[in-house]
Amino acid sequence: MEPTISTLIELRDALRRGELTSVAATQAMLDRIVAIDNTIRSYLTVTDEMALEMAATADRRRAEGEDTPLLGVPVAVKDLLCLAGAPTTAGSKILENFISPYNAHAVDRLIEAGAVILGKTNTDEFAMGSSTESSAFFTTRNPWDTERVPGGSSGGSAAAVAAGLAYGALGTDTGGSVRQPASFCGLVGMRPTYGRISRWGVIAYASSLDQVGPMGQTAADTAALLSVIAGYDPRDSTSLDTPVPDYEAALTGDIRGLRVGVPHEFFIEGIDTEVEAAVRAAIEQIARLGAEIIEISIPHTRYGLPIYYLIASAEAGANLARYDGTRFGERVTGSDVIDTVERTRALFGPEVKRRIMLGSYALSAGYYDQYYGRALKARELIRENFRQAFETVDVIAAPTCPTTAFKIGERVDDPLTMYLNDMLTLPLNLSTGCGLSTPCGFDSKGLPIGLQLIGGPLQEATILNVAHAYEQTQPRRKPELALGDIA
Amino acid sequence: MSLTHTDVEKIAALSRLSLTKDELTHFGEQLSAILDYVAMLSELDLSDAALEDQTAEHHNVTRDDIVLPSLSREDALFNAAETRDGQFFIQSILEE
Repeated sequence: MEPTISTLIELRDALRRGELTSVAATQAMLDRIVAIDNTIRSYLTVTDEMALEMAATADRRRAEGEDTPLLGVPVAVKDLLCLAGAPTTAGSKILENFISPYNAHAVDRLIEAGAVILGKTNTDEFAMGSSTESSAFFTTRNPWDTERVPGGSSGGSAAAVAAGLAYGALGTDTGGSVRQPASFCGLVGMRPTYGRISRWGVIAYASSLDQVGPMGQTAADTAALLSVIAGYDPRDSTSLDTPVPDYEAALTGDIRGLRVGVPHEFFIEGIDTEVEAAVRAAIEQIARLGAEIIEISIPHTRYGLPIYYLIASAEAGANLARYDGTRFGERVTGSDVIDTVERTRALFGPEVKRRIMLGSYALSAGYYDQYYGRALKARELIRENFRQAFETVDVIAAPTCPTTAFKIGERVDDPLTMYLNDMLTLPLNLSTGCGLSTPCGFDSKGLPIGLQLIGGPLQEATILNVAHAYEQTQPRRKPELALGDIA
Repeated sequence: MSLTHTDVEKIAALSRLSLTKDELTHFGEQLSAILDYVAMLSELDLSDAALEDQTAEHHNVTRDDIVLPSLSREDALFNAAETRDGQFFIQSILEE
C-alpha cells in the first residue's frame, strides 16, 4: 500500500477516526523504506520487528478506547539517542556493535505517547558535521537532489521525513544540527531552549550546547512532537523544571503586534543572493500578517564560529575520552594498556580526531587562557547581545544557512568552509534561547531555503506560532520522491 | 600560526591518538588554518570583570542519598569488550 497521508497531524487524525490502523501505516512506511531508502540512505538501522510490535500495541490500545498524543504514529530517531535493545552507533565505527541498554528520555516520552519507532537515522560521526559525510557508514542523500547533502548532523532524520520515510523525527542540535538539515530538506526543525528536553541517553558531544530537537513537515507536526518530548527529568541535572505548554494549542496563527527583529549581521557577505531574497520576502510576508519589523544588531555574530569551535571541541575532547575500549564500544588490543587505547581510538574518523585535537590544544597548559578561556568570556558577549535584543523584540528572523544544500564531496576536505555553513545557526547555541528553521521558498535549482526564527528562553510556542502563521500563506511542495508521488 | 610536526605529535599524545605520518602533516595544516581563523578572538576586549563570573547563575543539583534502581550488572557489562568474574577485564596497568 502506498501512503497517501503526508503530515503527522493528518495521520494522527486518520488513526483517531479509525480510517486506518497503525499496523497498516507502519507497514506502508517500512515498505517505502525498502523501496527507496537504498537511494536516500537515511536509516542506519530499521527496527522493523520492534516497529510492527509497537504498532500492534497501539492498535490494541486504541481498540480499548485509549488515546495518547502520538498513538500509532511512525517516527524516526537520530542514531545518537539510545533505543533499548537496538544499536546506537553515533555514526561511528567505535560504537558499531553497541546495543543501547536503555532508552533516552526523549525516546521514552515518544514511546509513552504511543509513537512507533521505525529506526535509527544517519548522523555525522558523534554529530560532528554538517552533511552526514563524516558518518563512518555512508552519506545520506538529499531527497530534493540526490547528488546533494541533506545537511547535518541530523541529516538522516531530515532526509527520512522529507522523503516520506517517517512522519516526524528527532535530531540533536549542538551548533545547528537540526535547523540546518531542516533548511536543506524543506522541513520545520527546532532547537528548543537548553534544558527543555532531557539529554539523558543522548550520546554526548559538547554538553553545554547539546539539545534534542524535533523535525516535521509543518509547524503543527513539530509542535506535536515537542509537546511530547519536552519536560523535566531529574536524571539530567541541566533539565528545566518548568511546566510544558500545549504547543499545538499555541498555534493560533495570530501574530499581530509581534515585534520581529532582523539583525543585519546575519545577512553576511557571501550569503547566496537567492537565499537572501527569499528570506527578506518571508519577513515582508510576516509583516503583512501584522507583525512589526525592527532592524536590530547582534554585533558579535561573526565571533560565534571561533567561539563555538573552541568550546565544542574542548568539551568533545573530554566527552570522547571514555572511548578507550574499557567499558563499552570497540577494543583493539595492543601491547599494553596505552597501546590498546590508542589503537582503539584510531577507529575515530578524521573529523572527530581533528576536533579532539583542537580541544586538547585549546585546553593545554600555556594555551588555555588564549583559546578556551577567551572563548568562554567571548561567549558571554554573544549571550549579552541576545539578551539586549530580546528587550526590544519578541522574535528574531534571519536566514538559517548562507546557502542551499551543497554537493556531496564539495567541501569534505576543507573543514573551515564546511564550518562557515553553521555561521548563522550557532550563535543561538552559545546563547540561551530557542530557534527553528521553516521553509521559505526555493532557489532556481529547486532546492529549499530556510527561514530561521529565534526566540528567547522558553519561547518555543511563540516561534512555532510565527512559523505556523507564515506557513498558512505559502504553497506546500514536496520532493518528487515524497509521499504519494511514487508510482 | 603554523604547527610543527612536534606540536601535532604532542597534541595527538595528549588526545591519546596515534597518527600516521600523513595524518600528522594533514591535520597539522588543517589545525593551523583553524587556529589562524580563531585568532580573531584576540580582537575582542574581554577585560570586563562581568565576563569572568559565569558560574554565578549555576548551582549544583543534588538529590537525597537514597538508593534507586540502576542498570543491572549484566546490562552494564553487556557492551564490554572483555569481562571476567562479573567485572570489566583490561590489561594490567602495574608491573607485578
